Amino acid sequence: MGTRIEEHPILGKQEKGRMVKFFYDGKELTGYEGEPIAAALKAAGVMAHRYTKKDHKPRGIFCAIGRCTDCVMVVNGKPNVRTCVTPLEEGMQVQTQYGVSDKPFEEQ
Amino acid sequence: MKRFDLIIVGAGPSGLSAAIEAAKRGLEVVVFDENDKPGGQLFKQIHKFFGSKEHKAKVRGFKIGQDLLKEADEAGVKVVLNATVCGMYQDKEITVRYNDAIHHYKGDAIIIATGASENMVTFPGWTLPGVIGAGAAQTMMNLHGVKPGNKILMLGSGNVGLVVSFQLLQCGCEVVGLVDAAPRVGGYGVHAAKVARTGVPFYLSHTIVKAEGEDHVTGVTIAEVDSGFNFIPGTEKHFDVDTICLAVGLSPMSQLLKMAGCQMEDNPKRGGQVPICDECGRTSIPGVFVAGDVSGIEEASSAMIEGRMAGIAAAEYLGYMEKSELDENLASLNEALDGLRLGMFAPKNRGKMIEATEEGIPISTNLLKKGYVADDEIERFPGVVRKAGIHPVIECTQNIPCNPCQDACPKKCIKIGANITTLPAVDETAECVGCGMCVASCSGQAIFLVDETYEEGYASITMPYEFLPLPQAGDKGIALGRDGQKVCDAEVIGVKSSPAFDKTHLLTMKVPSEYVMKARFFKRV
Repeated sequence: MGTRIEEHPILGKQEKGRMVKFFYDGKELTGYEGEPIAAALKAAGVMAHRYTKKDHKPRGIFCAIGRCTDCVMVVNGKPNVRTCVTPLEEGMQVQTQYGVSDKPFEEQ
Repeated sequence: MKRFDLIIVGAGPSGLSAAIEAAKRGLEVVVFDENDKPGGQLFKQIHKFFGSKEHKAKVRGFKIGQDLLKEADEAGVKVVLNATVCGMYQDKEITVRYNDAIHHYKGDAIIIATGASENMVTFPGWTLPGVIGAGAAQTMMNLHGVKPGNKILMLGSGNVGLVVSFQLLQCGCEVVGLVDAAPRVGGYGVHAAKVARTGVPFYLSHTIVKAEGEDHVTGVTIAEVDSGFNFIPGTEKHFDVDTICLAVGLSPMSQLLKMAGCQMEDNPKRGGQVPICDECGRTSIPGVFVAGDVSGIEEASSAMIEGRMAGIAAAEYLGYMEKSELDENLASLNEALDGLRLGMFAPKNRGKMIEATEEGIPISTNLLKKGYVADDEIERFPGVVRKAGIHPVIECTQNIPCNPCQDACPKKCIKIGANITTLPAVDETAECVGCGMCVASCSGQAIFLVDETYEEGYASITMPYEFLPLPQAGDKGIALGRDGQKVCDAEVIGVKSSPAFDKTHLLTMKVPSEYVMKARFFKRV
């Protein structure tokens, strides 16, 4: 759904550095090193970052500045990582968070 | 525990400005900021700012941010990033979280410059992925270079909603509509007009009924509301969208001040819970100062001045400056601040219905309801004149503190005068040479160059153009009116770009003469 802006009328072409591989729920994706994990996921069209513990409702990017915690995911095994303010690293394991687990509810 | 002369919380426009002034006076200053980059929200602001030359008018926000960082660097300001100040206690002690640990600091003086956070509204489906804050949209597109969505509905017609809508268009998103429960557009008319003329419809007295979708947003329904903000049945409208953007105001982030025991008040004109403070930001606790949005929602321009005031006030408090020097410095800063707080949108006028300009001209009611000045309203404003040959048409119809157009014209065609909020008028005796400097200098993109006698039966219209791909001479398309609807066929006859225009291109199109006062945007077909 989201796509990268190739050239911006005011900001020009964005220099974003090195493209790296990372894993989203086991699938290999690419993103720019150092950009927020959420930006890389958005560019790849990922909308739902987690499902709430009680009602199993989806949540995604909401404030994009680390304030609301809607976009938290399990990153390298650690839950509740704010993906909008956490820089992407090569080989990162990013997983959808169900409650506070990386396991879907039916497996919990 | 570490001690500093001055601790500043927040490295945005006000915090950095405060730090610069204090560091210049010899204080040992540290600035904490929870983000990984300094500058606050300035680096997301890609539009040209309003104001006067002294206030950096017509400079784009991110450039102002770059200049501020450079100045802070030169003054030797120390900024600690990724550091969240999470507590403020008696005797100006604070706790800061960084590197996954809590650290204690004490300041002989503290300036809180934490800014504001976005307000939210709730409706069925508001938690779905795809419902985002307008600030989030700005962050994604302007900092990270990723489109926030493809088809977007904007809720909120204040300056944030208007400016972000335009920025969404600039990065290639489609904005299906701009919705506000209020009966009138809240932000500057010129910001609304530049969005409306591209074809974005405004729905005032409307709000969101529900966001639709299972796993993420797939659509939205809005409906009209009555004067009591109740939905009027039968007025529902549906849009297929993937993103809903919320721009429903800002609230001061004043929690630290409340925690420390500062006297607070609930002041809707300042945006909510704010500390009681004097003109240079002194709170009820001696040595604790505030600057910027945390003490009342305003613009970055005023935040920077408030920051400077708090910075020197802290220097005086700690004995780094004489009272007389402080007063002298404050007087000039106060004058600058007063200049920014003039006009119809001044903080003191918040919520007031203004029916006429300072000149006594009735305000365009269509602008407030639909986002653009109607054809039968536009000619009553002093910047809109008709004469032979090329000349500027200035569609600036509200008193806002802004005057770069006056200085931009080398031929002195544009008159505002000493009062910065006066509507610009065209001096019909001065000779326009068609250089276009006024068009590029207008932060509101409200100036056009018109030549009613360009060639037999045709007029030329030059407009500011900040979209890609840039049209070229010879391109054929349609001219849109102020309402964003097709007026007539049009042909591009020239596109001028120059470093002096700062990324605002000047697009000139040719239209049949009778449409010279109607056609205001070019669209390729």
